[in-house]
Formats: sequence, C-alpha cells, structure tokens
Amino acid sequence: MSEQIEMAKAAIEKNCKLNDIDVNLGQLQLSVDPANLILVIDFVKNDPSCEFKQITDIAGVDFPENEKRFEVIYHFLSFRFNLRLRVKTQISEEESLPSITSIFPAANWFEREAFDMYGITFTDHPDLRRILTDYGFEGYPLRKDFPLTGNVEIRYDEIDKKIVHEPVKLQQDFRNFDIQSPWEGTKYLNKEAKESE
Amino acid sequence: MAINTNIEETSPELERLKKLYADKGFVVTSINNLINWARTGSLHWMTFGLACCAVEMMHVGTPRYDVERFGAAPRASPRHADVLIVAGTLTNKMAAALRKAYDQMPEPRYVISMGSCANGGGYYHYSYSVVRGCDRIIPVDVYVPGCPPTAEGLLYGLLQLQKKIRREGNIKR
Repeated sequence: MSEQIEMAKAAIEKNCKLNDIDVNLGQLQLSVDPANLILVIDFVKNDPSCEFKQITDIAGVDFPENEKRFEVIYHFLSFRFNLRLRVKTQISEEESLPSITSIFPAANWFEREAFDMYGITFTDHPDLRRILTDYGFEGYPLRKDFPLTGNVEIRYDEIDKKIVHEPVKLQQDFRNFDIQSPWEGTKYLNKEAKESE
Repeated sequence: MAINTNIEETSPELERLKKLYADKGFVVTSINNLINWARTGSLHWMTFGLACCAVEMMHVGTPRYDVERFGAAPRASPRHADVLIVAGTLTNKMAAALRKAYDQMPEPRYVISMGSCANGGGYYHYSYSVVRGCDRIIPVDVYVPGCPPTAEGLLYGLLQLQKKIRREGNIKR
C-alpha cells in the first residue's frame, strides 16, 4: 500500500500546483489555493495512478482569528488503490470557492451543507440553498460567533393558529459543568453575575 | 347532547336493575362507562417516531410487550389515530409537520410525550434547532420520562392515559 501512496504522491506533485503535500497516518493530504482547486481535483479523479473516484465528504472549519477564516477540506476515496486523500483550502468570508459539482455530482449536497453551516459560497453550484436548518433560518450555526442557543425559538400560537418565532428566552440557566468538587454542586451563571454586581 | 353525566353508580335503582338482568345475559351500566370502555380499549396510536425513542416504541408493539392486548394498534395515518406518541427529538423544522399531524387527528385525541427530548428538549435543550418540549406545539396528556424510556415505561404511560380517560372522559366535548 505504501508503494501506491508514493506513486500517487509523485504523480500529484509532478502535475499539480500545490502549497503542501504530506502523508499523515497513511493518508495523503494536500493544501491548495482556491484558484487551483478544480484542476487538482480533476487530476486526482482521472489520473491512472490516483483514481480518487469517490467523494466522501466536504468539511468546513472556522478559524475567526485567521485572515482567511474558513478552511474547507475535501475527502476522497480511491477504491482502486484503497487510498484516502484530503484536499485542504482556505478562504476568507468574502471570497467564494469554485463548485466541484461538475466533476463530482455527489458534492452537490455537501456544498449545500457547507453553505448552510458556515455561509461558504460556491460559484457555479446548480442549487445553492440551505439543506438542514429550518425554513427561513438566519445565521450560520457552525460559525464560532453563532450563539449556542441561536436567536429564535418557536411555539404554537393558539390565537393565530400557527407556529410563531420569538427571541430566545431560556427557562433554565446555562450550567457550568466544570465541577471541581462533586459535593459542592453546580454554580449557576446568572447567580454568579448577580453576586458580582 | 343532553346526557346526565352524574349518575350515581351505586344508586339503589341501578343495583335493582343489575340484579334483575345479571343472570339473563345482560349487563347494566351507564353510557359513560360504556363509552370509556370503548375508548380506552381501542387507543390506536399514531407513530410519530423522531429519534431513538421510536425503537422503544416499536418494542411496545412487538409480541413481548404486546400492546395490542390493550386494544392499541399502530396506525400510519393521523386520521385513523386516537393517540399521538411523540417519540424523540422535535426539531424546529419538524414542528410544523407535528402540528399538522395533530390537527388531522379526529376528536377525541390524546398525546403521549415520550422521552426527555419530547418532554423538555432533554439533551438538546440549549440547541438552536430543537423545540424545548413538544408541549410548546401541541397539548400533552401524559409525559413518559427516560432517555429513552423502556418499553415497559411507555406501556405504563399508555395505561396512565387509559386511567385519565376513565376518570374524566365522557361524551361531552
């Protein structure tokens, strides 16, 4: 298997514009610029020494402190050589990535999910809309600056006979689960804030 | 419908009638008791399985627990159902569908909320996408605690619902 990794690595290194290439835990890992993404992915799919014919997932990561805030990671599987490959790329909040649906039609919903969760946009995507969150949902829930409980909650209104959205009002405080001693119980955040006032 | 719902079950006249017909193959009872007997004995449940609780709900229907001996059978359509069992995490996106299913059920209708998530959000209480208890969307008759509740737990909940119907159920709407 290591022979096949070396062959695939050599082929990718020779033919693609990369920032970095590495073998980690027996899996190939590339870092590319968004501009070269389509060429690299097209190459690893069709090159006879790679044949990464299946896309496993597209993942996103949010690093608010970085200038290029989002990292997008494409996971591929080559069943011909039993190899796995990760392709990493970074973009800022304003930039958008080229869609790879023309190469991998299965990437359609993965890209929709990345858009839904992080607000990463993909150019030339055939149908870029939310996939998981509620209809009319606002915000991108997996961004680090998104509040855990969100901004709205719902209930059924008996007068209007429909489900209404309202600002979040928690009946139960957030709890601090970092308990030093199990005998001293839990500190409640609201209570702490009141005491410090 | 003008029916006196406060008949003394142990009035002397009723006792006399009961005695008169007991050995002639008849049963004398009030119409309320008859209706409650019919209702509690055919609680057909609408399967609203939303998460892992749905698996325990299936167990209730299988031969080991055999909820059908209480006359309860799973129905695929809310229009056939008497009781809606909310089994699992109710998300914001699903809430409208739950309400729609509930609205389609014929009266009298009952709701069992099964498991921590349906009762109050449970593990996902602080989530941005989960309803903090299905009683925000539909009125609930019986809450079954547990994560998930055992099949016996749900069965007990169903028996509690029968008890509730017997206590307050009558033909009046």
